Amino acid sequence: MIRAVIAALVLALSLPLAAQQNMPPAPYAYRQLDDPAQEAKAQELMETLRCLKCQSQSIADSDAPMAGDMRHQVRLRIAAGEEPEAIRAWLMQRYGDYVSYKPEVSATTWPLFAVPLLLALVAGALLLRRFRRRA
Amino acid sequence: MIAELGLAALWLAAALAAMQMAAGFMTLRVAGPTELAKLIRPAAMVQGVLVTLSFAALVWLFAVTDLSVKLVAANSHSMKPLVFKLSGTWGNHEGSMLLWVMVMGLAGALIAAFERRLPERTMNATLAAQGVVSLGFYAFLLLSSNPFERLPVPAAEGMGLNPLLQDIGLAFHPPTLYLGYVGLSVAFSFAVGALLTRQVTPDFARAMRPWVLGAWVLLTVGITAGSYWAYYELGWGGWWFWDPVENASLMPWLAATALLHSVSVLASRDALRTWTIMLGVVAFSMSMVGTFLVRSGILTSVHAFAVDPERGTFILGLLGLFIGGALLLFALRASTISEGERFAVASREGALVFNNVMLSAILAIVLLGTLYPLLTEAFDVRVSVGPPYFNPVGAIFAVPMLLVMAVGPLLRWRQDRPERIGREAALFAALVLAALLLFGLLADVALLPLLGLALGLGLAIASLMPLRGRKLTRTPLATWGMVVAHFGIAVALLGMASESAFSVERLAAVGEGDSTTVGPWTVVLQAVEPVAGPNWTALQGRMAVSYDGGTPITVAPQARNFWAPPQQTTESALVTRWNGQLYAVIGDRAPDGRWQLRLWWKPFVPLIWMGGLLVALGGVLALFGRLLTDIRNRRLAARIAERRADREALA
Amino acid sequence: MSWRLWLPLLAFAGFLGLAAYQLTQPKDEFVESGMIGQELPYFDLPPAIDGVEGAASVHFADGKPRLLNIWASWCLPCIAEAPQLESLKRQGADIVGIAIRDRPADVARFLAQNGNPYARIGRDDLSEVQLGIGSSGVPETFVIDGKGVIRYQHIGDIRAEDVPMLLEKLEEAR
Repeated sequence: MIRAVIAALVLALSLPLAAQQNMPPAPYAYRQLDDPAQEAKAQELMETLRCLKCQSQSIADSDAPMAGDMRHQVRLRIAAGEEPEAIRAWLMQRYGDYVSYKPEVSATTWPLFAVPLLLALVAGALLLRRFRRRA
Repeated sequence: MIAELGLAALWLAAALAAMQMAAGFMTLRVAGPTELAKLIRPAAMVQGVLVTLSFAALVWLFAVTDLSVKLVAANSHSMKPLVFKLSGTWGNHEGSMLLWVMVMGLAGALIAAFERRLPERTMNATLAAQGVVSLGFYAFLLLSSNPFERLPVPAAEGMGLNPLLQDIGLAFHPPTLYLGYVGLSVAFSFAVGALLTRQVTPDFARAMRPWVLGAWVLLTVGITAGSYWAYYELGWGGWWFWDPVENASLMPWLAATALLHSVSVLASRDALRTWTIMLGVVAFSMSMVGTFLVRSGILTSVHAFAVDPERGTFILGLLGLFIGGALLLFALRASTISEGERFAVASREGALVFNNVMLSAILAIVLLGTLYPLLTEAFDVRVSVGPPYFNPVGAIFAVPMLLVMAVGPLLRWRQDRPERIGREAALFAALVLAALLLFGLLADVALLPLLGLALGLGLAIASLMPLRGRKLTRTPLATWGMVVAHFGIAVALLGMASESAFSVERLAAVGEGDSTTVGPWTVVLQAVEPVAGPNWTALQGRMAVSYDGGTPITVAPQARNFWAPPQQTTESALVTRWNGQLYAVIGDRAPDGRWQLRLWWKPFVPLIWMGGLLVALGGVLALFGRLLTDIRNRRLAARIAERRADREALA
Repeated sequence: MSWRLWLPLLAFAGFLGLAAYQLTQPKDEFVESGMIGQELPYFDLPPAIDGVEGAASVHFADGKPRLLNIWASWCLPCIAEAPQLESLKRQGADIVGIAIRDRPADVARFLAQNGNPYARIGRDDLSEVQLGIGSSGVPETFVIDGKGVIRYQHIGDIRAEDVPMLLEKLEEAR
């Protein structure tokens, strides 16, 4: 049953691409902001937001129409003076941690930060042990 | 008929692998030489021939587009150009697995025919381990992924091949990676063989080294090619996405890099015995984990292909059997193997151990980041781990590694005084600091690219220093290999840092006849015209591009529509100069009739892949150097033996 | 024998267990909205075709629970769910449609072929409302209560067996 739904969804996501492209993309999907500083801010943010309809791509490098609409949103909001982190928070409120590639320490992501620390400690200990024994 | 012959050859080869395994293990239990042991080497050799025949049969079926074979009908099309028909053989799950076992069979045949350094018992154990691995893959092919399955009724036409994959890059990229994986499986067999007989010796390292080197070269080439393919085919100028499938190819490379260095220590200094064995097991397990992740569809990825949970289960079973078995053996045996020769911190071995630990830490980070979303999904939470995680966290370990890499090759084996290389180290430090200051003050560069630029520059010079004071013509090939490979790392690092620090992007809606600029380039869109290929039609934008007011060059990026299966791809146009690359893509038509152009000027970006190729070249040089030395030693040994025989005959 | 030598095997067993567990789980591609329990964000969309009313957030907070259906004429599962929407409407549900990235002519053709269960249809060319309520695809159906608060999200097309459940959710949201 669930597989059938997924199959239908996959179909929905893959087939109508051509149809979706009948609509012109959102104004700021493929257009940069005039202010280079703002565009740089927007670009930096877009590179760390996940395209929800793609697989492992940020919205900054996807041709999916929804990614285009998200780029439009990001650029508009940046142009309106909103801070990138506020936009990220706005999206994360809606789509959860999934939408952001920028890891933030939270109840679900702390091991991502704890493990490197642990690794650094283990690596240090390993090297120390190895060399102290003979020194 | 051809299909049935191919299948028969495959079954026979599987039977021989079973025999190789059984005979190998049975001789292990007996002390002296047995009649049974004489079977092992021939079994491996005949198996290699049979599986090659089987693969040739499949290539033939694809070449003639035999639509009565299910695999051909599902993945090929009579209208496809011949080169893509051929590459279509391995552009699917079954075909690529057959390619994999073929190379594995050939590798087994090669060891069986030529490897004479190891004690016969270890050799038998190695070939037995190789038999187990091969048999697992044969079972996988024959029981769940038969490439030669016939259709009850031949198809009228094939389904075609994913157009993204109809590219010359595909003809080389995946098979290179598989060859690399197979090379690591051979290293794995050696490691298991040595573990079984507890003979972890420099000879074992020397026998294993060419396979590790070869695998590593192929992985390097494969990753470099894959990155370039993603760069020009996906149409957004990105060259590495930290996508699970990319990580799946990077992890074996990291492990192989570490293994390569520790096997060298074992070969020349008889140190790091257990560590080398461990890395041998880890390197192959990373290729298996990668294969599992890619083919089970358990992770989402841009490159996922041949996704099927049943196959996933099978691969997972094999993974558990091979790696679980090897790790169990390791846990039981490793304490009976002594560590080998000792050495001081300030020594070549010391630097290599440091870098091995750093590489392993990076490997652990990549593995964690790749698997983490899988872990949270078990608790119904979805997270994304991407470049903003991998880049800085990887750098924590990569930066110290690069620092040690600059001075490590200058140190002597076993024990050295750090003061001896003081001048070289100071030069390196001065270069890095100068570059840090220069780029940090003059250009507005983020921290990671800044570190990349500085370390890249310093390392580029430092990597050449081992050649100082040597007669270049008398320097051994293997040393040249090391220098070239290290220099390649510096070059690639510079390319990556420069791409990230200095790229300029321009998205513009441009009418026919109008122009726009990106960085130092002026781009005139002369015309947009339809063009047709063998199985696609496209809109092609003809552009005249000129660098800094120079002579214009015409380029033509395309937006292609394939019809079997229907899909759109972008074909970017690239203009390469000595100092970078212009990247042009044509997009959709805006409502006002103008065309969406995406343009990038990426200074020094080709250095990324040139560096990758240099690294591979270094590996090739080292491989040749080692093989030549081996052959020379073998000749020498033969001559000495001959003389002794003569003398005895005279006496 | 050192216990440390067993660590690699242990780590590997952990991986094996996780992978085996995930293989048995159906692949869940859904991104759930974090807006459940939140008020519907402000929006005011023009009508998707002539002759229907546009959709705005102010229409929702009038005491009556409604379904908010995100759809598009180019979406195949939307055709599949059309009869279910029709049946929901017959059983008293008030359905507001939002057409994503759609042309009026296509919308009109879709409604002529598959019926029009909608009380209002807003036109969302830039996915603004879709992003605003945390929807990541079409079709999706949200249950909005009488105070204008999002109560439930149904991802994917509505199957016949989902109809009673959605009616129940509407009842609960009263």
